[in-house]
Amino acid sequence: MEMKNKTKSVQSFQGLILALQNYWASQGCVILQPFDTEVGAGTLHPATVLRSLGCKPWNVAYVQPSRRPADGRYGQNPNRLQHYYQFQVIMKPNPVNFQELYLGSLAAIGIDMDLHDIRFVEDDWENPTVGAWGLGWEVWCDGMEVSQYTYFQQVGGLELDIVSGELTYGLERLAMYVQGVDNVYDLVFTEENKINGTPKVLYGDIFHQNEVQQSAYNFEYADTHKILEKFKFAEEECMALLELDIPLPLPAYEHALKASHLFNLLDARGVVSPTQRQEYIKRVRNLTKACASSYLNKENNTKEKAWKN
Amino acid sequence: MAELFIEIFSEEIPARMQLKAGENFSTLMVSGLKKEGLLCENIIYHTGPRRLVFKADIPLKSPNTFEEKKGPRVNAPEKAIEGFLRGAGLAKLSSASIKTDKKKGDYYFTKIEKKGLSSDQIVPEILVSIMNNFPWPKSMKSGESSFRWVRPLKGIICLIDGKLIDCTIDNIRTNRKTEGHRRHGKGLITVKNFSDYCQKIENEGYVMISHLDRKNKILNDAKSICEVNGLELIEDALLLDEVSGLVEWPNVILGHMDPLFLKLPPEVIKLSMRTHQKYFAVKDPSSGNLSPHFIVVSNQTAPDGGAEIAKGNSKVLSARLSDAKFFQKEDMKFNLEDNYAKLNSIVFHKKLGSVRDKSERVALLATSIAPYLDADLEIVKKAAKLAKCDLVTNMVIEFTSLQGQIGAMYYAAQGGNKDIVKAIEDQYKPQGPSDNVPKNPVAIALALADKIDTLLCFWGIEEKPTGSKDPYALRRAALGVVRIILENKLKLNISNILEMAVSSRVNADPCLPELDPSIIDSLLFFIIDRFKVHLRDNGLRQDLINAVLQLGVDDLLSASNRIKSLQSFLSTGEGINLLSVCKRSGNILKAEEKKAELPYGDVDTLTHKRSVELLNALIQARKNIVLEMRNESYSMAMTALSNLREPIDLFFDEVKVNDENLDIRANNLRLLIMIRDTALEIADFDAITG
Repeated sequence: MEMKNKTKSVQSFQGLILALQNYWASQGCVILQPFDTEVGAGTLHPATVLRSLGCKPWNVAYVQPSRRPADGRYGQNPNRLQHYYQFQVIMKPNPVNFQELYLGSLAAIGIDMDLHDIRFVEDDWENPTVGAWGLGWEVWCDGMEVSQYTYFQQVGGLELDIVSGELTYGLERLAMYVQGVDNVYDLVFTEENKINGTPKVLYGDIFHQNEVQQSAYNFEYADTHKILEKFKFAEEECMALLELDIPLPLPAYEHALKASHLFNLLDARGVVSPTQRQEYIKRVRNLTKACASSYLNKENNTKEKAWKN
Repeated sequence: MAELFIEIFSEEIPARMQLKAGENFSTLMVSGLKKEGLLCENIIYHTGPRRLVFKADIPLKSPNTFEEKKGPRVNAPEKAIEGFLRGAGLAKLSSASIKTDKKKGDYYFTKIEKKGLSSDQIVPEILVSIMNNFPWPKSMKSGESSFRWVRPLKGIICLIDGKLIDCTIDNIRTNRKTEGHRRHGKGLITVKNFSDYCQKIENEGYVMISHLDRKNKILNDAKSICEVNGLELIEDALLLDEVSGLVEWPNVILGHMDPLFLKLPPEVIKLSMRTHQKYFAVKDPSSGNLSPHFIVVSNQTAPDGGAEIAKGNSKVLSARLSDAKFFQKEDMKFNLEDNYAKLNSIVFHKKLGSVRDKSERVALLATSIAPYLDADLEIVKKAAKLAKCDLVTNMVIEFTSLQGQIGAMYYAAQGGNKDIVKAIEDQYKPQGPSDNVPKNPVAIALALADKIDTLLCFWGIEEKPTGSKDPYALRRAALGVVRIILENKLKLNISNILEMAVSSRVNADPCLPELDPSIIDSLLFFIIDRFKVHLRDNGLRQDLINAVLQLGVDDLLSASNRIKSLQSFLSTGEGINLLSVCKRSGNILKAEEKKAELPYGDVDTLTHKRSVELLNALIQARKNIVLEMRNESYSMAMTALSNLREPIDLFFDEVKVNDENLDIRANNLRLLIMIRDTALEIADFDAITG
């Protein structure tokens, strides 16, 4: 058999992030840093939700810590975490070879596609809290979902003229796969450095306590009364910022994100009935939609100004 | 004839859409070509994850056609005639013909020949139009283009007899190159014609283009791998179709799972395998139980024989099943009844309150039905309150289709009453025409009450099924009621049950608004209608169904038995003859009724021997029939009725019904009325057509 040059698989969590960042940087993506507000998914970062609106080309990649309070398992489940990392790529407009670029990224992290079965399985993505949907796939590697691949069609309730291609890699799951580890806490986060003797660091060393304590907070101690007040405040603040004479959609959107996270906390505490659930989701969606429209208005106005000058 | 060959190459088409898309493409192409006068022969089409393939033999050129062009009237002004000649391309008027029209006057006309077009002019237009309007269930835009396809379009081959047909769709220009399999394919493939394509796409491209071939390969390989390992494949036709749409180069691999997972309910394991992972479950042929294996179909062969692929897949399954075990452990920290209060938070329907409200109503109704089934009231009540308690368990939230089964499993595990376990498990049955009905009295009470309550609730808010739309599966619920009653041979009065349901609504807390009586009538009508459909589906004649049901129906079981007896009776010579004499008598009555109101005869004054004999036979037959009907011995009742045949025959042979003596005529007609009334104890014979 013909010998191919294959990348050695990345054997640390940080190595995985670095490899993905390098790969997407070499494809012309802006490498951004995580957004500093709690979000449930990398998609919610304004670099995705807001930048996918309008006509400006935009290529970006970033890591986003994601929080899903209800998924906490007190550090006892080998796969489920209430805080985990997503790696997010947006290319707008999506290039014609986006699928090939994606497969290239798997090769870049050392997945040997001769030995492993990669499949694109229909999965139409939608996120009702940001009024967004698109068509695409779950990408499976030997039956495991390693990425979500989406062609955005609508964001913030607005139909898109220019389609963005979105990739979301679940980093823990992908790393577990690459490292051949069954328990997320056994992942090597940083390899031992033989030159200066720094020791190996495991994912569990860094995050296990965090999972234990945050699970307790999410499920047992979060003060639902106060959180509800905070939710209302975030909602009001968001709308107030949008109703200014010169609206401020960027800070307004941050408050919409805060509201979304606070709702997730309430949900994890089990105080939200299914009817109320729909109600809350609708309220958050109204906020993000309003932010999206306001953002787009601003974009168009700036263009108008540029044209007038 | 020339060979038209098209391949549409795109990113991965969802498996569930492929077969229909292939069929649609072929139909649209064939009908589009036909409209232009090109008739297709030897049509072949294929679909796969990344391509639609179409091939047909078509004429090189469409036939010449003649178009009739109507001209002005013969006496029209010269200018109009000149214009007509110019428009039709005629040199002189004598080339035109004249058509006679008596109303409007004779006029000129001519036939203009339209030359046929060559197929390479016709095909691109049709192709572009099909692709711009293709009926995908869901389609998308890509990049900056406004063209919609199911996923981004990558390439189009269009050849007629090997000649490239040039056209452009969404910036993609037709060419003669395509790609094979992502991993195994050896670069771009250049295609001369369809047979060249078929040969190269398989040998160089490593793509099996036929869905059927892929399907057969997967099934055969899966079976033989199982056999070699002493296992048996659990076949699943829907899954097989789906998996065949996920792979271009199928490779069947046997995977293993930790046998500890076999402690989970087999339904959970199978569902996890099928819906999440698209694996086939495998069983141990000696015990019939699930074996700790699965069959996965990969899209490629691997240098290690698929060892890594099998390992990876088995890990994913482990993670899934670990989740299920976690759910089970969490759920079983509580007793099932502890969940009852939480049912408040699940909305049954926004106008109909919570699932807890529903449970309250169902408990009342089920306990009202229970005495008719000899079921213990307390047990039924408890079963009804526990029935929906699994809806808030982690397991049912994850595996919704296992509702009922999960509740039953948990209740059994906590040592609950066996009848209640069975009732929880069977409450949603029958789910489809092939599903079993509940048999246990407690389960029957619960399943009936649940369905009747649902029907009445949705009838109350005017959410009835219309046409093909039945979002709350109300037809299925009504059919379920019918089947539970019939298959358990229950003597239940359906109107009474509906009345009980109405009072359960009123007595439940909180109660729903009172219903208009017309709503209950309408629901009864709906259930009877489903009953009729069910009987017809079981081979009973529509006219016999109507003949019996026209007499009114409350007791479905006896109505069904009556119709069955009637149908078997009418398949005997005796039955056919009896039917014909009854009809003869009925027809005379109908004819006489038309003329005037029937006179009221006095049978005590009958004089003719045959009339008296018939009267006596009728009195006897009626007595017997009523008795037998009461005992529900329908075939005996039919026999009693058929005893009338001889006296009726003799009566018709020897007695003139419409006697000149009006008193005698009245008496005779009275006899005929008595025949009709006697038969009506069984069915409306006039409604029988055959």
